[in-house]
Amino acid sequence: MSRLYMARNPRVAARSLDGEMMIMSSRDSTLFTLNRTATILWQSADGTTPLDEIVEHRIVPEFEVDPAAALQDAETLARELASHEILQISEQPILPRNPVAGESWAKGSTTGESR
Amino acid sequence: MPELATDVERLTLVIEIGGMPVRVHTTDPRFLAMLQDRYAGFVTSSEHAEITFDVDLTPPQGADPDAPVRVTHHKGRWTLERGDFRAEWQPASRTGWIRQTANPYSIDAVLRIVHTLVLARQGGFLLHSASAIRNGKAFLFAGVSEAGKTTISRLAPPDATLLTDEISYVRKQDSGYIAFGTPFTGELAKLGENVSAPVAALYLLAKGKENRIDPIPPGEAARSLLANLLFFAEDEDLVQAIFHSAFEFVSRVPVSRLTFVPDARVWELIG
Repeated sequence: MSRLYMARNPRVAARSLDGEMMIMSSRDSTLFTLNRTATILWQSADGTTPLDEIVEHRIVPEFEVDPAAALQDAETLARELASHEILQISEQPILPRNPVAGESWAKGSTTGESR
Repeated sequence: MPELATDVERLTLVIEIGGMPVRVHTTDPRFLAMLQDRYAGFVTSSEHAEITFDVDLTPPQGADPDAPVRVTHHKGRWTLERGDFRAEWQPASRTGWIRQTANPYSIDAVLRIVHTLVLARQGGFLLHSASAIRNGKAFLFAGVSEAGKTTISRLAPPDATLLTDEISYVRKQDSGYIAFGTPFTGELAKLGENVSAPVAALYLLAKGKENRIDPIPPGEAARSLLANLLFFAEDEDLVQAIFHSAFEFVSRVPVSRLTFVPDARVWELIG
């Protein structure tokens, strides 16, 4: 099974307030409020730590859930966040200033909780 | 030899909202008179202007003021478009032009948009809210249409000074915020007073069976503020700026829910 890597989209505005992580798309001003799991994914999305390690070290201990099920749920959530252009996901580590990664933010559509 | 052309007199008006004077040039005296009436109380004799717009009046031709607004930025030039107007503004030269028919609504929309763009860079914003000054402090009453902005404005006691019943003007200053009166009206169709005061509180309006003020969590305060901000620009930097401005505001100004029945006693809780 291939590993999944995540990086934050530098073109979104993000702010944590009283434990709530809020993110706004700079492209269309759509506002998202992340739940706790999505917040962990966002905070851990450094481009180089694979998702399975994030699940093992951050999600499983916090929620006391089955690791396999947690990984499957986390991957689904990561793909959803990517569909909203909040995260970029890749099967390869995502390095800073990767021109391919930079281009990918211009693609796709964004939907979700609106302002 | 008969003269082939004559100089057309250029008429000028300066409209100062939120402490920012905007000069408007037109060649049509009736349009000028319309603006003088529309912005009474906000017209100044100031020589200085932050922005100068030349208004080019076009013949009426089925313009649609309900068409979506589009505000884009390219190579130092803002373009503002709606069904009933097209305008450009170059911040570097502080000049721009507006092409519209002779009506007060199109230029009003242009002014609102330009003020949101200027304020966004300075940590301020325009907010869908009524606002009023009482005891030297400004109070904002935010909500979507039908939330009660006009109602609470109508119920304001004589010692309250109405700043607006529809669009509040909020400017960041030092460690706080100042609310200014605006000519941007809602159902009340009454211009706000051209005065200002430090913002003491933002209330999110809700109609109910009793008058009460309840605290709300910071996250909800930020979300509600963002939901009520006026902002049109398709510009990543400014979207980020206004997002962070909203969080800055809720960290400095108390935000509460104001539930009220439609009678004047609600103002006993305010001020």
